[in-house]
This record gives sequence, structure tokens and C-alpha cells, in this order.
Amino acid sequence: MKFSESWLRTLVDTKLSSEELSHLLTMAGLEVEGLEPVAPQFNDVVVAQVLEVVKHPDADRLNVCKVDTGRGEPTTIVCGAPNVAVGLRVPCALPGAKLPGDIVIKIAKVRGIESSGMLCSAKELGIAEEASGLLILPADAPVGQSIREYLDLDDNQFELKLTPNRADCLSLTGVAREVAAIAGAQAKLVEVPEVAATIADQRAVVLHAPDACPLYFGRVVKGVNAKAPTPEWMKRRLERSGIRSISALVDVTNYVMLELGQPLHAFDNTKLEGAVHARMAKPEEKLLLLNEQTIAIDGDILVISDDAKALAMAGIMGGEESGITLETSELFLESAFFAPKAIAGRARRYGFGSDASHRFERGVDFGGARRAIERATQLIIDICGGAAGPVTEAKAAMPARNPVRLRTARACAVIGMAFSPEQIAGLFNGLGLPFVREGDDFLVTPPTWRFDIEIEEDLIEEIARLHGYDNIPAPAPRGNMKMMVQPEAQRPAARVRQLLVDRGYQEVVNFAFVEEAWEADFAGKTAEADLIRLANPIASQMAVMRSTLFGGLIANLVTNLKRKQNRVRLFETGRTFERDAAATPVPGFAQTWKLSGLAYGGALPEGWGSAARKVDFFDMKGDLEALLAPAQLRFEKLVHPALHPGRAARVILDGREIGCLGEVHPEWVQKYDLPLAPVVFELDFDAVKSAQVPAYTEVSKFPPVIRDLAIVVDQNLSLQTLLDGLKGQDFDLIQDVQLFDVYVGKGVPENKKSLAFRIVMQDTQRTLQDSEVDAAMRQLVFCFEQAFGAQLRA
Amino acid sequence: MDNLDQIVSEAQSAFAAISDPDALEQVKARFLGKSGQITELLKGLGKLPPEEKKTAGAAINVAKTAVEAALNERREAIRKAALEARLAEEALDVTLPGRAEARGGLHPVTRTLERIEALFRSIGFEVADGPEIEEDFFNFTAMNTPEDHPARSMHDTFYLQNPDGSVADKVLLRTHTSPIQARYMKAHVERYGQLEKMPEIRIIAPGRVYRVDSDATHSPMFNQVEGLWVGEGVSFADLKGVIADFLKSFFETDDLVVRFRPSFFPFTEPSAEIDVAFMSGVLKGRWLEIAGCGMVHPDVLRIAGIDPEKYTGFAFGFGQDRLTMLRYGVNDLRLFFEGDLRFLRQFA
Repeated sequence: MKFSESWLRTLVDTKLSSEELSHLLTMAGLEVEGLEPVAPQFNDVVVAQVLEVVKHPDADRLNVCKVDTGRGEPTTIVCGAPNVAVGLRVPCALPGAKLPGDIVIKIAKVRGIESSGMLCSAKELGIAEEASGLLILPADAPVGQSIREYLDLDDNQFELKLTPNRADCLSLTGVAREVAAIAGAQAKLVEVPEVAATIADQRAVVLHAPDACPLYFGRVVKGVNAKAPTPEWMKRRLERSGIRSISALVDVTNYVMLELGQPLHAFDNTKLEGAVHARMAKPEEKLLLLNEQTIAIDGDILVISDDAKALAMAGIMGGEESGITLETSELFLESAFFAPKAIAGRARRYGFGSDASHRFERGVDFGGARRAIERATQLIIDICGGAAGPVTEAKAAMPARNPVRLRTARACAVIGMAFSPEQIAGLFNGLGLPFVREGDDFLVTPPTWRFDIEIEEDLIEEIARLHGYDNIPAPAPRGNMKMMVQPEAQRPAARVRQLLVDRGYQEVVNFAFVEEAWEADFAGKTAEADLIRLANPIASQMAVMRSTLFGGLIANLVTNLKRKQNRVRLFETGRTFERDAAATPVPGFAQTWKLSGLAYGGALPEGWGSAARKVDFFDMKGDLEALLAPAQLRFEKLVHPALHPGRAARVILDGREIGCLGEVHPEWVQKYDLPLAPVVFELDFDAVKSAQVPAYTEVSKFPPVIRDLAIVVDQNLSLQTLLDGLKGQDFDLIQDVQLFDVYVGKGVPENKKSLAFRIVMQDTQRTLQDSEVDAAMRQLVFCFEQAFGAQLRA
Repeated sequence: MDNLDQIVSEAQSAFAAISDPDALEQVKARFLGKSGQITELLKGLGKLPPEEKKTAGAAINVAKTAVEAALNERREAIRKAALEARLAEEALDVTLPGRAEARGGLHPVTRTLERIEALFRSIGFEVADGPEIEEDFFNFTAMNTPEDHPARSMHDTFYLQNPDGSVADKVLLRTHTSPIQARYMKAHVERYGQLEKMPEIRIIAPGRVYRVDSDATHSPMFNQVEGLWVGEGVSFADLKGVIADFLKSFFETDDLVVRFRPSFFPFTEPSAEIDVAFMSGVLKGRWLEIAGCGMVHPDVLRIAGIDPEKYTGFAFGFGQDRLTMLRYGVNDLRLFFEGDLRFLRQFA
């Protein structure tokens, strides 16, 4: 909401400076977003009249003018403006004037002729961006008057950012009322006498939907001159409120809306047939709107119609056909109350809004509708002439104004400081809230312009606001002390993140909506039923909710490779989204927290001290093992759309699959233009956070026996299969079997590999005998031979 | 006995000329070996008359001790020299870079999140979480924002599509972290509602939120931290106290001013926007909007099953990204979501 400060000051008497006023409004909840002077600083510019124009003897484009500046003898001024002419009234900068842009006017010779001032354009005064010549003033502009005074340039434009509850401040009257309350000043609202009917013409008004439209004033005005110019003062006020002047009739309706807060509509009375109706739209009803859009009106939309057709979307926008033009001579003026519920959201549904709908959906002062039609009538007759008929009033049950009870003790408890009933009474009186006292209780009847006073808290807010939030204490918080449990069997997310950071990974945060292709490539989701699409994405590459974090990490990698970052370690934690009818807490959507990482480039940062080697599957596997340690992970071969089928594993913790690990599939390496294959992992974040509470087991006091063992097995036998083969066997003494070498090549038959193990044997109760150790080793070898055809390597 | 002095000085100079330990042992043999000069002299003692034997023996032993001392001294000198040489040879260029794995880093917003969590934990706030695809009910209705409420136009909400192409009408991407309040309160009531006096609710709820908005200062996804304290006698003054304490602790300065400005949210009343102004630094004197807050609206409590006559509470929602930007001087929100390592590494 924009407005002119000088206009506001005609409605409320306050000595506050502009800055003080601005601060006060902001701190009362009417946030001042802008406070700008309407014109830059300049001085000594007055209204002047051009008395004589003679061509400059030595310059084609210059004229020598005699000008009356209201200061005795006419002044000679050399002027280059093309539109200078005898008789015009224009702004004239006198010698000594300082104009915007640090221009100082002096008496000076222009091509040999002394010029004592400058005739000015609007641009030179800094009040317009462009100008094609002198600013021509009306013929009645008083010669000699300061132009700042004449054009009211010592004014500021205020811009308020109003919250939706304060629709009452969407007018100058509302703001003035508020200023009066918060500054303790006196409001001087406009007096609106009723305009007596001088003609008998009128139209009947029928309210078919009294809940949506319980009040309608209509009036015929005939014989108006729609081409009459809008007075300068009105134009100025409109412009400073951010509304362009269009024509006198439109300007008057806008002016009254700004002044009183009541949106008005003017129909061309000659286009109307019969009575005026406020009713809900009929099925398949269409309307060509003033914005030249033809819409099919939904059934829950209130329309204004005549006996034959829809004329307007009530409170939102008028129709083109019944609208006023410069040829209009007969008006039907509308000033009505439309219930917020009947207007709310309707304009948005059609993708537009209007000043009227903005106000009606928030609530318009229904006590002021009559005043508004009288005010508009008077202004129209004053400006455009014409004669008014009687006001037709149609009225049903008005919105209830139920008294709201405020308990003083409750207000004090909620705000957290003491107020006396007298203090509260003073604050309510200042705001014009009528109340009845019942002991320390107040029964407040909301005024017709307030739509935000329905419950006690609404009144508590008014008390806090008017008292001033700044004046409420801010004590140190007090609460009940209670220890917070951090379960030991769960690691905090911060701890997990820190482990990855310590292993070289940099955290990133990516958008949760991704390119559709990423879901296909990295999650194999191509069926429509698997995707979760946004209905209104801001861009096509942010259209689908992600079910894996891989896409974002690959995109981050691409970004960083472009910036010559050739060794990249990234991780992200975030929710992923999948359709799942049984999901909780939001049925239909599983929203799992995942932890995902990517490694690319050198295994170690490039340096003098270690051989360069590219990061591979086992580097990242080591990272995951460290991340989950001391828990033991199992890895099994996995086929996954994102991953190289021979270099991918599912990650298993305590028998449960918690994610995957692998090299990115060569197809995607090529598609995403990656010079090398990154290794990636993705784990269920909750599983990663799980931990074991340690439980003591006895430490052996006796020395371990360590034996090495090398066996030759089929090359495609996985280590895990081999180790799983030992399960269920009775190997009491064997504490640990560590693989320390894998060898393929000379000395090992083709399609075979040699595996070398270090076997650790120990007993907690005694020193082992050689014979026992030998027996255990024989048993182990036997087991490998039987189950896997392994041979002892010589 | 001139001969003895000569032997000693001969040995001394012979030892001194040698720097190799093996050679030294060979030269030692010339004097102290089986047929070395000193040994020979000692052997010759037997032939001397007894009266001379004593003095001659004593003199030879003095010379022997002197030779041995010279030998030991030289041995030690050679050992030291060898050690010096080895140490010199083994010397490193200690200025070469270390060989360790590079360290990664947290995202700046996470850094902030961890600090916020720690500060609020220290006064008894637990951390709560909630879904990002949220039910319309929790995002709006439970937050006292019914259908067609003008406040809904304050949010530009992302909606989801059904597989058949229609718009899903019951779910959306949450536009704020406030629905976590509603879910938490509901669960709290289910757990403690039958008690005469419910334990207090003190939570913060950080998370990603979504709005249809994208420019230099708006991202379609951004981070918020919600806070909620519900209990008996919790007041607006308490809200001011907690927020002021938090901001001074978060920015680690008393050199800032906090201002509460009346505002409107459907789910709080009275409501306020929180502005902060620093008294020094590049942003000196400017009011910066960083949070919305207020007393929990009685309807919000009621929807959750909490009696607003008995319990009151306050809630706040901070722009976590905004706090991060102010803390570290970041001037463009979009940097947070670009994954540029050169930017992110600054927060390691």
C-alpha cells in the first residue's frame, strides 16, 4: 500500500517527523517498506509566465524570452526548449537556484545575450525520467509561487507492507485512524454529506446470495462528461499511491477506494437491462472481463448481473461490455459489501488479482459503503457534472459483530507483564474499540472495519502492539530442568558427518527436486507410477522428487570438474522420496533419510610423497567399514542401475541391506562426460547412526599362536563365500582369519588364484599345544578342500 | 725413557691420522697388539734386573695408559663423526608437505545447524524432525490456515502430481517447518495427555522447506529452524528472553540490537518479526529480518489437543540460511546449493 504523506497529514494531525512516523508505523505492525521523497531537493524555482518569445540573433535553436516571475520587472531568459510559447506558465529556476544533479543557475551570457535564469522541464526538476520540453503548468498556476509548493513536491511516498489481517489499513482513512491511536493524535476524517437526488432514475437491486453479498448501494448518475480532466491534486494523490490516472470517472472510483477503503464499480447505465442482481454464477456462464480475458465463471463465484446477463465478477473485476468509456454519459455506481469468504482465492484461481479483490478478500468496512457512494457521487458531479438519482439500498443480515471478552489477568499472563485495567481501557479507547467493563473483564465489540478481532488473543495482541513490543521485558528463560537422553545405541548425525569429513569428504546440499533423467539413470525409475512429479515445478530440470542422492552428487562433480577441481570427495545427507502406500507418517510417500557419497580422482591428494593412484572401489569400501566400525559390514554382489555390474555391492549390516556401493556405470560415465569413473555409495542414514552399546568379554592372558596358510581356489570364488563356508564348523581356537595376499600369475594355474591367510589362534584359559594348533590347521585346510576344492599352495 | 715418550707421541699422532674404525684397530696392534711396541717393552721387563724392573714397569704402564687413552679418545671421536655423518645424511626437508589424506568439511548451513542445536540443547530443547512431503492438514489446517485463507497466498506452495497427471490435493512440499510443531504436539498429547500435568514441550525442528520462488535472495528450497516451547505460564516476555539470548550467543556478541515488530501469522498471536542490527561491521546499523515468531495461536493448541487455558507457548521460525549468511558474511544464497568446492572448503 503506497500513499502520499501530505495526503495522510490532511487526515491526521501529528507533529511527528516523517522518520518518526515511519518508525512508529513499523513498530505498530504496519511495516514501512519504503519512504521516498516524491522529488529530489532543489530550490528557487517558481511559476513563471512567458511574456515574449524572440529568436536569438546568433543561434537557430535558441529563443530569447521575457518572463514574468512575479518579482517585478520581467526577466530575460534564453531558452532552448522547442515548446516555449507566449502565454505559457512554466517552472523557472531563478539565479541562485540549485537543481538536481548539482546544477547551479547563474546570470550568464548565452551567445552574447544575458540570461537570468532557466525555464525547466520535468526532467530537469527530477520529477520525471524523460521530458520533451518545458513542463507546462495549468493556466491558473499562480505566477511567482514556489513550484515545490504549487506541485506539493515537499512530500514523501510511503509504502506499507501490510499483513493480511490489517485490511483496515488499506486506505488513507485506516492509516490515519491507526496513526491517531499510536501517536495519540487526532484523526480528521473526511466529512461526507449526502448528495440529494435531483433526478428520479434508479435501478432495483436484488440480493440472491445474502451470505456473499449482504449489502449493496446503487445509484444512477446522468449527464456526466466522461472526458472532463481529472484535477491535478487528485492525479497527484493517485500517482503517489502508485495508481495511474486513466479518466476522471475511473480516477474518482480509485480515489474513493484509497481514501475510504471501499472499492467501487461504475457501470455504463445504458448497457444495463432491468434490475441489478448479486447472485452466484450460473452453469457455463461466461464473461469478458475488463482485462480482455474471457472466462468461464465457476459456480462458487459471485456475479453482478442485470436481468439478462452477467456484468461483473463481484468485488474482483468488472466486465468489458458494461464498463465505462470516455463516451459514457450515464453511470450506475456500485458500493457494496462482499463477504471475504465469497471472494477469497477466486481471483488467484484465474491467475489475476485486483485492488478490489485484494481488499474484499481481507475485509472491507461495511459501515462505510454508504459514505463511499456519497463521496464518489459528489466528486463525479464536481468534476464531470451530471445529476444523481436516489441511492438504492439492498440489505440482508450483516456480518455478526460478537463482543469479545478480554480478561486482564489472561492478557498479563500471555504477554508476561502487568497491565492495569485502566491502562487497557486507555489503549482500547485510542484505537476506537468500543467496550463494556465487567470488573477486570472487557467486552469489546469489533468495529465494522476490523475483521481481525474474533477471540481474546486478538485483543491481547492489540494491547501488546500498542503498548509496544519494545516495552515488554525479555527475562532469562525459566523452565523445568529435565535431563535429555541421548541413547548410547545411536550416534548423533553430527558424529557420522564428522567421520566422513575426517576421511576427506566435503558436505554438499542439493535440491530435493531433480531432473527426470537422473531418476531413470541412477534409480531406474522410468514408469510414471514410480515417479513423484511436482505439479508446478519452477523448471523442467527440477520437476521430480529424488529417490536417490546420486544425481546431485554427479552434477556437483561435473560443476567442480569444470572448475578444475580434479580430486573430489562429496557427501550429502537428505531425504529421498518414493511412492509407498504403506508409508508413515505421510501415507503414499516413503521419505527416507539417506547418506550418500562420491569419490573421484586420486586416491590421495596429489603429492611428492606417495605414488599417484586413482581412487577405487576398495578405497571407498574402506571408508564405509571405518564409518560403521566397530560393526562388521557384509558386501554382496549387486546389480544396480547406477552402478557397474561387476563393481557394485549391496551393503549389509546385521543381516539387513542398508545400501549400496560401487563404481558408476560406464554408460553414465560417458553420458555425463566424466573423464574417470567415480565411486559412490548410498546408505540408509538411520542405519548408519545405529551403534552397539559395548559389552565386555574376557581378554586372554595367554599368547596367541599365529600361522600363515596359502590356498589355491577358483578365481571366481568370492572371499565371502569361502569365509561363510567356515560357519557352523567347530573352530573354537581360531580367533581371526585375516586375508593378507591375493595372487594370480606365475606359479598359480590358470583360472585359479592364491589366497594367503594369517590365522590367529588363542585360548583364554591356557597356552596352546603345538599338537592342538596343528590339528586345527589340518581341520581348516580339510574344510577348504572339501567345500571349495582348495589346494594347499606349496 | 725417552723412548717411551716417543712411543706415546707416535701412537697419538698415528691414531689422530686415522678416521676409519677398522684401520684404527690395525694401528692399535702396532702399539698394544701381541707384538706391539708397548707389549714388547713389557715382555722385555723380565730381562731387567729386579731393582730396575719396578721403575721401568711403572713407566711402561704410564705410557700404556696414555696410548690406550689416546686410542679411546680417537674411537669416540670416530664414532661421533660417523653419527654426525649419518644424521646429516638422514636429514629431511621438513618443509615438504605432509602425506596425510586431505580433510573434508561440513556445509556452512550444517555448521550453523550444529551450533543452533547445541545452543538450544543447552537450555533443554530437543531436536525434532518431520516429513518434507507433508499433508495439507499439518502444513496449513493444523497451523490455523484453512483453505482460501489469504495467508495461503503468502506461501507459494509446490504441489505434487498423481501418476495419472492430476494434482494431488492432500499433500504438498512443506512451505515451513511449522507442521513439525503440529505433529510433535499431537504425539506429545497422545503420550502424556492423560496426565494431570503434561511435561513441557521444548523443541527445535530444523529442516528443508520449499516455496515457488527463485532469485538472488530466494531459493525454491531453503532451510528453516522451528522452535516451540509449550508449558504452563510461558509468555511473550519469555519468547523475547529466549530469542535475545540465542542471538547474542549465536553471534557471540553483545554488540547487537534485537527488535520485535508486530506482524501476522495465522498460527501465532500475538505475532512478531524479529529484526537484528549489528553495531559494528559491514552491516552496521541496518535492520535485518531474521525470524518470525509469536505466541502459539489457541486454535493451533486446540487442534493438537492441548487446552489453551491451561498451557500457553511460543513458536519461532528462523531462516537458517540467513543466519549462516550473516554469521560468515556470505552475500549470495545460491552459493549454498551449487556444490562448488572452492566455496564450501572455506567452511571446513
